[in-house]
Amino acid sequence: MSAVIDSHHDDHHHGPAKGFSRWLYTTNHKDIGSMYLWFSLIMLFIGGAMAMVIRAELFEPGSQIVSPEFYNQMVTNHGLIMVFGVIMPAFVGFANWMIPMQIGAPDMALPRLNNLSFWILPVAFGILLSTFFMEGGAPNFGWTFYAPLSTEYAPPTVTFFIFSVHIMGASSIMGSINIITTILNMRAPGMTLMKMPLFVWSWFITAYLLIAVMPVLAGAVTMMLMDIHAGTSFFKAAGGGDPVLFQHIFWFFGHPEVYIMILPAFGIVSHIIETFSRKPIFGYSSMVYAIASIALLSFVVWAHHMFTVGMPIAGELFFMYSTMLIAIPTGVKVFNWLSTMFKGSLTFETPMLFAIAFVALFTIGGLSGIMLAIAPADFQYHDTYFVVAHFHYVLVPGALFSLLAAAYYWIPKWTGKMYDETLGKVHFWMSFISVNLTFFPMHFVGLAGMPRRIPDYAMQFADWNMMVSVGAFLFGISQLLFLFIVLKCIYNGKAATTEVWEGAKDRGFEWTVDSPAPYHTFSSPPSMESLKSSS
Amino acid sequence: MEARKSTLKLILFTFGMFGFGFALVPLYDVFCDITGLNGKVTGPTITTYDQEISSREVKITFVTSNNKQMPWSFKSSSPQMKVETGQDYLMDFTFTNTTDKPMIGQAVPSVSPGRGARYFHKTECFCFEQQFLAAGESITIPVKFIIDPELPDDISSLALGYTLFDVTEEFANLQAKN
Amino acid sequence: MLRAIKYSLSLVAALTANLSFGAWDDLNMSPGATQLSQEIFGLHMTVFYVCLAIGIAVLLAMAFILFKYRKKEGVKPADFDDSTALEITWTVLFALILIVLAVPATSVMIKAYDDQEGDINILITGHQWKWQYEYIEDEVGFFSNLSTSLDKRNNLAPKDENYLLEVDEPLVIPTNTRVRFLITANDVIHSWWVPDFAIKQDAIPGFVNTGWTYVNEPGVFRGQCTELCGQYHGYMPIVVKAVSPEEYSTFINEKKEAKIQQALLTEKLWSTSELMEIGEATYQKNCVACHQVGGRGIPPVFPSLVGSEIVMRNKARHIEILMEGVQGAAMASYAEQLTEVEIAAVITYTRQAWGNAETGDGKIVIPKEILDYKNNKL
Repeated sequence: MSAVIDSHHDDHHHGPAKGFSRWLYTTNHKDIGSMYLWFSLIMLFIGGAMAMVIRAELFEPGSQIVSPEFYNQMVTNHGLIMVFGVIMPAFVGFANWMIPMQIGAPDMALPRLNNLSFWILPVAFGILLSTFFMEGGAPNFGWTFYAPLSTEYAPPTVTFFIFSVHIMGASSIMGSINIITTILNMRAPGMTLMKMPLFVWSWFITAYLLIAVMPVLAGAVTMMLMDIHAGTSFFKAAGGGDPVLFQHIFWFFGHPEVYIMILPAFGIVSHIIETFSRKPIFGYSSMVYAIASIALLSFVVWAHHMFTVGMPIAGELFFMYSTMLIAIPTGVKVFNWLSTMFKGSLTFETPMLFAIAFVALFTIGGLSGIMLAIAPADFQYHDTYFVVAHFHYVLVPGALFSLLAAAYYWIPKWTGKMYDETLGKVHFWMSFISVNLTFFPMHFVGLAGMPRRIPDYAMQFADWNMMVSVGAFLFGISQLLFLFIVLKCIYNGKAATTEVWEGAKDRGFEWTVDSPAPYHTFSSPPSMESLKSSS
Repeated sequence: MEARKSTLKLILFTFGMFGFGFALVPLYDVFCDITGLNGKVTGPTITTYDQEISSREVKITFVTSNNKQMPWSFKSSSPQMKVETGQDYLMDFTFTNTTDKPMIGQAVPSVSPGRGARYFHKTECFCFEQQFLAAGESITIPVKFIIDPELPDDISSLALGYTLFDVTEEFANLQAKN
Repeated sequence: MLRAIKYSLSLVAALTANLSFGAWDDLNMSPGATQLSQEIFGLHMTVFYVCLAIGIAVLLAMAFILFKYRKKEGVKPADFDDSTALEITWTVLFALILIVLAVPATSVMIKAYDDQEGDINILITGHQWKWQYEYIEDEVGFFSNLSTSLDKRNNLAPKDENYLLEVDEPLVIPTNTRVRFLITANDVIHSWWVPDFAIKQDAIPGFVNTGWTYVNEPGVFRGQCTELCGQYHGYMPIVVKAVSPEEYSTFINEKKEAKIQQALLTEKLWSTSELMEIGEATYQKNCVACHQVGGRGIPPVFPSLVGSEIVMRNKARHIEILMEGVQGAAMASYAEQLTEVEIAAVITYTRQAWGNAETGDGKIVIPKEILDYKNNKL
């Protein structure tokens, strides 16, 4: 099939240009996807290095390697970089690579916008990281930047921070507009919405979330900017403003943002489990409805991040109930994945290992999420390491594992070469063990009373913290192995087949084109008939 | 072209959401008014109650605090007061500029518990008003208030807090701009 | 599964680093010291066991599936992809579990939100980076700072049990009393958390939040600021001492006394005659045995104050002698025995009486000077 397409279109195939200008001017979705992925991998190591500094400081009680002030800068930038510089761009990278290939489109709908939305991202992070070398140091008020710590009491670099957030937001919004337009207009004939691959569905919904909430974040930082430089009082109590208003606006953005970082992971994991179970996904339509209802619910749960600000009881109860409701669609997804594997024919290649770990560990993160939703109990959990454990369980073995799984899953298609399976498995087991070593004990220190974002701690937390630090260093090293595996695959991998994974060609258009995928795919749309599973 | 149409719609939606972010500010005020969120209270309101309505005793605690770098002395004449609902009361607050420079202060009110805020009517107060005081000058201003007889039964005491902010600089900047 | 992970983790750590993972309270929430905190602890354990059960069930089911349905020669995978009945069943199941959790959660929430007035009210103000406590009814208050030394923080001295959880002056509250906390902040947002009371309430500049507690047994309870508030966020602990109501009233009386003293020292304008009056009484009571009624003493053991160089012209040394005593002589330090007012008055008296004012400089000493002396020395 793919051979036919290629020979047919050989005449107007011109390969990529050479050198740096190829990357600077490219409008090719595959090039842009690769750039997003490399960018987020670089940011992963930068944000990861910050995490290493944090864990070194917390290795033992007492001051270790950095000052409390620099520690706060580390905590803040680790969060910002991991959220906006790693998880989000990586998912956009996968979207760029895979959405056109999965829906049988030749490219994204708005290729020039696509180029722009990538290239402003390094600018945004260049600005953010340059604040480390400015007077007053980098932002130090946490990635949630609560006013007035981030306004009246912020270092002067806060203006650069705001500017950088604006650019990140613009990039995400442009990317999302592009994705929605592509999905709406460029699907292969016969691919109705309810026949779209789940990764496409998850991104379709995520993109709507992004354009709904990134502008609100832009509004919040604009208000901060005005409070700092224009004398307004949005968040200043003195002028009739309200610092708590900031938290409401921030979390109105922030909670959907949390799902922006996990919904595409749901899509990815669904594909991988399906492929390696050699069985169609269980409950396709309930999967779609579950993603949609999680997305909708995300708009009415924001204040569960604020149970201790002194809300009236009606507010506490409302946000507690609405938050608990999210457990239902999430539980449906977990059960659907289990049912997909049930009576399948399972093999455990690296992508599948990461996907299985995703389901298992995301479940732990989800269950601690239910505990956190219980408002009266949250009085004790709020802002402790229990929360840190919870969100790292959903973001590291959750979102990050899904990204690693996706990379292993699709890299043979991108490069035309197989990665080293043995090394991949070593990488998985190292990551799996160290991620639990890092984040599981955080539950204990949190319950025992260790607040988050502190550079030093009381003696009773010492033993667990040392274990956490050891786990974190191990996890950091494991990811260097991932970089090695990727480079080895690109330069020295064995050739991959067109199908790559046994039986995959029935499961998506991307497995019907050559490996590596030609620079231009699907100049004429493929037919739904070629996919057995859709008939 | 279809793609163009959906792009335009999405761009419009984006700008709409940016505007919505700002619309959250007044929406939040309305929300606070209804739920008493945060004990946020507005300026003076004029209210009187029929003396016939059955009243009960409520303890009012007055809390004064200074925001950072505000050196003035700021006190209510007494920390607590027992009042009957539905009746007018006065409490004096004294501001003293203890510095050797003229300054401007501004007190911001807050009622706790928050859901009691909308039953705490201040018929006369200095909330959000700027006080100009010369070096060493002192001024006493009363707050006149009525507690709504509708106050829920399980609230037997209310705290009225004032935080005093130094707005000398902000005010000077504002003057300079005009 | 969770427990298994926990144990294996402990084992790994114990083998590698010879660490001690002893007490259960290093692993779990403390039940706390109040009825509310115990109810919240109970709720926490309920939710925890439910989540643990779900977690174990899901992970066991998953382990079973992964083992049972691994790829085998000649076994074809099934190809079902839907079961509406099954999906409805587990959706309803989830909803039921959530309702089971929501009921106790709601009832504890209502108890936590009790707006009855307190027997005593305490205003808590968060500052960068210390707490201020003011007893509203008694109009006394103080600041509470971290007391852990820099040497300990910089690993130059050994750390002890309450490292980073100790303060110079704890908040004192009475037992068997409803204590209401009014919580606000002076600069940025802080959060006042005492786990044993299950109070975690944000302190927000410009707004007053409330919390309350009712402690039955005396004890010392420790907590920390839990909202990032700048560079020393990790260094503003909370220590609350619950004492019997009797001890509490002694504490408050001492505070009030100290406040009056402070006011006398710093605010009152003293006239010479007032000081003379107190000074004469103090002299008669404390000095007359040695220095005699007329101030002439019994030289050489007890020097005469009449015409003394120090008494007439050296005020600084005069204060120093009263405060420090004289090494190797009978003169003792009166710093602890007399109040600042009495010391100032007696100095003034001796400088004025017996014709000393006429021959010497006749300078009087006010209580504030004694306080300053003390403060500079400390």
